Amino acid sequence: MAKIRDMIPAFELFQPTTVGDALELLDEHRGQAWVLAGGLDSFDWFKDRVKRPSAVVDLGGISELTGIRDVEDGIEIGAMTSLTEIERDERVRSGFSVLADAARHVATPQIRNQGTLGGNVSQDTRCWYYRSGWPCYRAGGNTCYAAAPQAMNREHCIMGRSRCVAVNPSDTAPALIAVDAKMVVESNGGSTVHDAEDFFIGPAIDITRMTVMKSQDLLTRIHIPARWADADFYYEKIRDRGSWDFQLVSVAAAFRKSEGKIEEARISVNGVAPFPVRLDAVERLVQGTSGDESTASAAGELAIQGARPLRHNDYKVAMMRNLVRRAVRSVS
Amino acid sequence: MAERLVGADIAPPDLHAKITGRARYAEDFRAPGMVFAKLLLSPMPHARVRRVDASRALAMEGVIDILRADEVPSRDGPREACLTDTPRYEGEPILAVAAVDEETAAAAIEAIEIDFEPLPFVIDPLESLRPGGPNAYVDGNQFSGQDGWSDFKWTNTDFAKVDAGEMPDPSCPVEWTKGDPESAFAESALVLEETIVHQSLTHHPMEPRSNMAYWEGETLHAFVSTQSSQQTKFALAGALQIDPENINLVSEYCGGGFGSKIAGTTVMQIPALFSRKINRPVMLRITRYEENYVGRARPGFQTWLKMGFLQDGKCNAIDLIIVQESGPYGAGDFNTAGMIADLTYTPQNMRFRGVSMYTNTPPKAAQRGPGGAQIISMMEPILEKAGRELGVDRFEIHRMNAPRGDVQFGPRNATLTSVHAVEALDQGREMFDWDAKLAISGKRNGSKVTGVGIGLSPYTAGSRGRDGMMIIRPDGKLYVHQGIGNLGTHSIADTARPAAELLGYNWKDVEIVWGNSARAYPRSTVQAGSQTTTAHTRANHAAATDALRKIREVAAAALGGSASSYSVDSGRVSGPGGTMTLGRIAERAIAMGGEYSGEVLPDDVHAQTVPAAQILAGEGLMGIARDNYGGEGNIYSWVAGFAMVELDEETGMVELKEYVGVTDCGTVIHPRSLGAQVFGGSIQGMGMAMTQRWVFDPQWGVPFANRFYTARPPGFLDIPADLKWGAVGIPDPQDPVGAKGIGEPPVGAGAAALTSAIADAMGGRCVCRTPLTPDVLLAEIEGRPMYGRLEQHVG
Repeated sequence: MAKIRDMIPAFELFQPTTVGDALELLDEHRGQAWVLAGGLDSFDWFKDRVKRPSAVVDLGGISELTGIRDVEDGIEIGAMTSLTEIERDERVRSGFSVLADAARHVATPQIRNQGTLGGNVSQDTRCWYYRSGWPCYRAGGNTCYAAAPQAMNREHCIMGRSRCVAVNPSDTAPALIAVDAKMVVESNGGSTVHDAEDFFIGPAIDITRMTVMKSQDLLTRIHIPARWADADFYYEKIRDRGSWDFQLVSVAAAFRKSEGKIEEARISVNGVAPFPVRLDAVERLVQGTSGDESTASAAGELAIQGARPLRHNDYKVAMMRNLVRRAVRSVS
Repeated sequence: MAERLVGADIAPPDLHAKITGRARYAEDFRAPGMVFAKLLLSPMPHARVRRVDASRALAMEGVIDILRADEVPSRDGPREACLTDTPRYEGEPILAVAAVDEETAAAAIEAIEIDFEPLPFVIDPLESLRPGGPNAYVDGNQFSGQDGWSDFKWTNTDFAKVDAGEMPDPSCPVEWTKGDPESAFAESALVLEETIVHQSLTHHPMEPRSNMAYWEGETLHAFVSTQSSQQTKFALAGALQIDPENINLVSEYCGGGFGSKIAGTTVMQIPALFSRKINRPVMLRITRYEENYVGRARPGFQTWLKMGFLQDGKCNAIDLIIVQESGPYGAGDFNTAGMIADLTYTPQNMRFRGVSMYTNTPPKAAQRGPGGAQIISMMEPILEKAGRELGVDRFEIHRMNAPRGDVQFGPRNATLTSVHAVEALDQGREMFDWDAKLAISGKRNGSKVTGVGIGLSPYTAGSRGRDGMMIIRPDGKLYVHQGIGNLGTHSIADTARPAAELLGYNWKDVEIVWGNSARAYPRSTVQAGSQTTTAHTRANHAAATDALRKIREVAAAALGGSASSYSVDSGRVSGPGGTMTLGRIAERAIAMGGEYSGEVLPDDVHAQTVPAAQILAGEGLMGIARDNYGGEGNIYSWVAGFAMVELDEETGMVELKEYVGVTDCGTVIHPRSLGAQVFGGSIQGMGMAMTQRWVFDPQWGVPFANRFYTARPPGFLDIPADLKWGAVGIPDPQDPVGAKGIGEPPVGAGAAALTSAIADAMGGRCVCRTPLTPDVLLAEIEGRPMYGRLEQHVG
């Protein structure tokens, strides 16, 4: 079939006003319905005619999915809350600045106005072979073009590969892992709460998805427990262009300190694997230290253990090492 | 006293329409019965169409017809047709389908069954130069009109050196030598040799080249996106093989072109031909994705450079080899690059060798500063490297090597009308506070290192001999008819201002007429090569001088006294016999007829001007003349760019902290517009050097980074808010107005200031490739370079 781009095919649009109605629609159109949040990932797919859902469920009219609320144990963010709101919200800025920082690093102001937290964590990979509609593993085919010997893969993964070498593109994902966020996923069968680090899945689990969510699931809200409020946070995103760019590598970290020592840490890196990577071993390594230079260096080296770069992304190893170093170093 | 117009800021006449959205770009036009066309693009970099079955598509409700390659003009050799059955790049248009709406046309394209025979392809020109390497065409890789196709290869000996990382000594189709480079290198105190890759980049103007066309009898109405206007009409007529006077070309606004729409007639032919076939207006909206393919690109260079320097820092010899990645239809950048290297560094001894190689990548064309921007961004950091190694101040090494007024450059010792590169450098040094910045060069702040650098960039900036035409109507206003295009540079207005000032007009009484060929235009330049400011301030000045003579003569005839005793000011002519409004003068000119009202024209105006003047004849007092001011030498402008950056050694990220661009472009006509050009061009150059890229998969021969977010041109948020610009402001002595163009040279300056500043932050190490993205820099810092020294199309 000849290829046409930039022309959205027709679909049936549903605009429910309650979560219940949305879930019913997803159930009714099981496997055929597409969940539309801010549209920044979705419309790319649609206009390229690579994904052609027959039904689209627009969550934009469901008011219960928006807003940031204080809850008994921390705060709760509706999945349709805009990234701008998260970036600017005083509770997020003061208590969980790593998330506000991450949101601020997403693309451009216009995109952050339109983009949502739920959409940001649920978006598909930006592997350009896959996004161009090539029949790769992730698209149901039987090869990975990005892993071929001559492939252009500077933005692909250095760890966590399983047939597919794409990376997770979300800026907020590592920040949510750093604050130990809980992702509330609802379906007609009820609701499930996933730790942020478990919400994101790699190709070894399911090569066609980036998260645990299946077609009839809906991410409704994200709970950020108070436990990590006001911790020492670190966020950094390296990208080719100062604005409107996905990360090459990013790091998000939270540190609890006592008397100058790290009591506990949560560190996550994105852009290096098909899922945001939590660095448990590094977290253990830095425990009880002051985040001094030698600890930071050791942490960086430990973080990249097992990294297997592709032809054009060897730099990511050094970039990841250095970002983890900087995150640990920030404590001291 | 009428207001001063030259050197003052104005609101351009198209401003309100642009801001309010009333401006009509090609895509905004509609016509009764209009249908939409969509293109079927080649999925392969080189192929032959074996079979097309459009029966299912044509049977779809709402589908009107199909347009095939055998229905459009084509020529043998490496010449582009608007549709082809032998596509030479992925994305080349094969056929078009018209339907009542775009959705139906798109669905019809998908319903077409098409069978391609894949053909060998090449995207890296060096591979095509290798003995036994693939060619972009079945018949060879070089073409001449006389001899046809040939198979041009370098030798195994050449490639033994290439593969060993040494400078080869190949024969090239283009070679010239001046002076005695070999002896000069022997006398050099320092010789630097570098291998350099400059990437190929798409133009990506904001407005894709959408256009619409319909016919009324033999007359084609074409609504197009083009940089030029009057000359585009002639180019389109040539492409369609019709009489230019049978085209009504409408191009009121153009959302940028950067050289890709100088005429831009390839895609324009499709709706014109389709409309003629189906006898309905046809709109072809080009999408961003399609623009990436059909919208032209800057050729990439793979280059070997050897520069020799005397002990004091003077460059005394250059040996330059450029292999140009030219796409399937060629480009000329590499020739210009050789000339500009000689001009900028004045070595007196230079050898240039260049080869333009056809490749199966989207077509190349001039992109703002073509050839110059590439070579300057690559050579300036090497010049600074020489300064470091010789212990010569880096500013001084730029200054001592910059040309003076007596410069002769290129194989035929070309000269310039004027050159004030040194003054631009000096002014930039002051504005940037170079000496203070130099003191913090190399300073560390944690992992961040400060670097400062300079980029001095020339480019052609004018031409001569065009026609000007204007008319003062009985309403007293001055109507300046501008056949140049309106691509956002304000030149449609700015080139009229010296003429209006000569005629004593206030700006509110000046009407600029542009954008629709039915409104009559004199012979104009193509809007390219930064010619327009020079060419049309001159032409309009000539026409205004003619108008002034006629005004005085009409006034003397009416009021008595000698014509020379009358003067104009604020819409009136006054002299010993009294005063009259120019509106009354226009009425009298109509009554007098002959040359006064344009019914008799000067003998020397161009044949293209005559029918336009005949349209206006008898409607007022006409000023019309050819630019006969003459002049010797080439017209070049300069920009000296100064940049300060911070390089983070742990991430490879570079932050631009400060930038100053100072131009030598003669008389400043419109300061605000000039500043916008210096900034816009410099930022475009910064993108070229730093963020923008185009990537091809070598196995499949197809490009990625096809959209804005993946191609990464710099945006508003990627630059400091307080960029600074300045102008030397010395008029060109060979010009009645003294102004030179400015569009091109800022690109090289912005790019080179950054490549130089980054090299400075790297302790003087030149990475010698673009773009200098964080991966490339970090890998270099880590001692594990990302790409092979000559790898092209990566990133």
